Amino acid sequence: MLSLRVNGAEHRLEVEPRRLLADVLREDLGLTGTHLGCEQGACGACTVLLDGAAVRSCLLFAVQAEGAEVTTVEALAPGGGELHPLQEAFRDHHALQCGFCTPGMLLAALDLLARSPSPSADEVREELAGNLCRCTGYQRIIAAVLDGAARMNRSFSQGSASRG
Amino acid sequence: MKPAPFRYLRPASVAEAVDMLAGHGGEARPLAGGQSLVPLMNLRLARPAALVDINPLDELDDVRVDAEHLVIGALVRHRRLAADPLVARHAPLLAEAARWIGHGAIRTRGTLGGSLAHADPAAELPCAAAALDAELVLTGPAGVRVLPAAGFADGAYSTRLAGAELITAVRVPLAAGARPWGFAELARRHGDFALVLAAVTAGGEGAATAVLGGAGGVALRVEGPAAGLAARCRDACDPAGDVHATAEWRRAMVEVLVTRAVAGALRC
Repeated sequence: MLSLRVNGAEHRLEVEPRRLLADVLREDLGLTGTHLGCEQGACGACTVLLDGAAVRSCLLFAVQAEGAEVTTVEALAPGGGELHPLQEAFRDHHALQCGFCTPGMLLAALDLLARSPSPSADEVREELAGNLCRCTGYQRIIAAVLDGAARMNRSFSQGSASRG
Repeated sequence: MKPAPFRYLRPASVAEAVDMLAGHGGEARPLAGGQSLVPLMNLRLARPAALVDINPLDELDDVRVDAEHLVIGALVRHRRLAADPLVARHAPLLAEAARWIGHGAIRTRGTLGGSLAHADPAAELPCAAAALDAELVLTGPAGVRVLPAAGFADGAYSTRLAGAELITAVRVPLAAGARPWGFAELARRHGDFALVLAAVTAGGEGAATAVLGGAGGVALRVEGPAAGLAARCRDACDPAGDVHATAEWRRAMVEVLVTRAVAGALRC
């Protein structure tokens, strides 16, 4: 029996060792926001956070995630139609078209923003180089991450001010 | 595609991991970062009967300095290698090489020991380790032995690692880590495996060592005076041509990249 912690919720599952984390998230837990493109670590669509670090969920067996905190795109929006500031920036900058790569882009960007809250465009480019988009083009995605970072910094400072 | 079935084993110590590897008579593979092994399993190009997951072994995830060496645990991941203060101080060439590997979400998982054991002839870390005169500490059923990183790969994707042996650490001599160094790489896109790469360290009296990746089935090490090293590397290498680049182009790029890496080392 595997015990898996995803987006703050504990799950107990019976899974074969050969099942990839991406498949268990999608098929066993119904978290279909994690997309599978290539299944060989090349496209980045399946990127999730493992203890806060971006990883390819197609290159990790679900059993390996035992004891770690897995974060998927479903954890970003608080619900009720409200979006995460980074998702709002993606919407406002038209940084998605078909949306297949978007969950991976968001999580890879969040890993970067946790380490570098106000990154340069070059930093964003380098960090997202492992995430392929086949329709929108990258300029708008980079603009969205830079703006999303600014929005997150603003909402964080407003949050601190209101708490103070 | 999805991996074929395998037994998943989670050892509590290096000794137990070696026992598990030995118990499967060559049919078990250690699972470290999995960034090369798991794609091969997804494509069913690799079908190990068992995986020994060494990720939980904290004893392999340590960076420290002893009297003569920087000692880096086999499980240290590329992201840490690129950012660790001890690595930056005592083996900056390794830190630079780690930055060139794949993408962010690959570097969070991929490990130093895994890269050396996988022995891709175009991988960064085996070349950097060889240019630094690093040694690999191996633990097997018969105990511990130490092999030089240079020559550890005896062919493409093939090493001198015996069946049930595990790389547990990489030791960089402090004297070698302190040498001036340079690193240069050409790839088609950022994060791809190198078409050609060169790791160079400079010793005293105008001597230098270059280790070339992507220029043959194994990393090629060339030593001698820094002056003329690039041309000697070009003459010594025997790259294959493939869909990405011709042999002739690779040989020409070897000279360019060694020239750049030597210039980088001389600026140190």
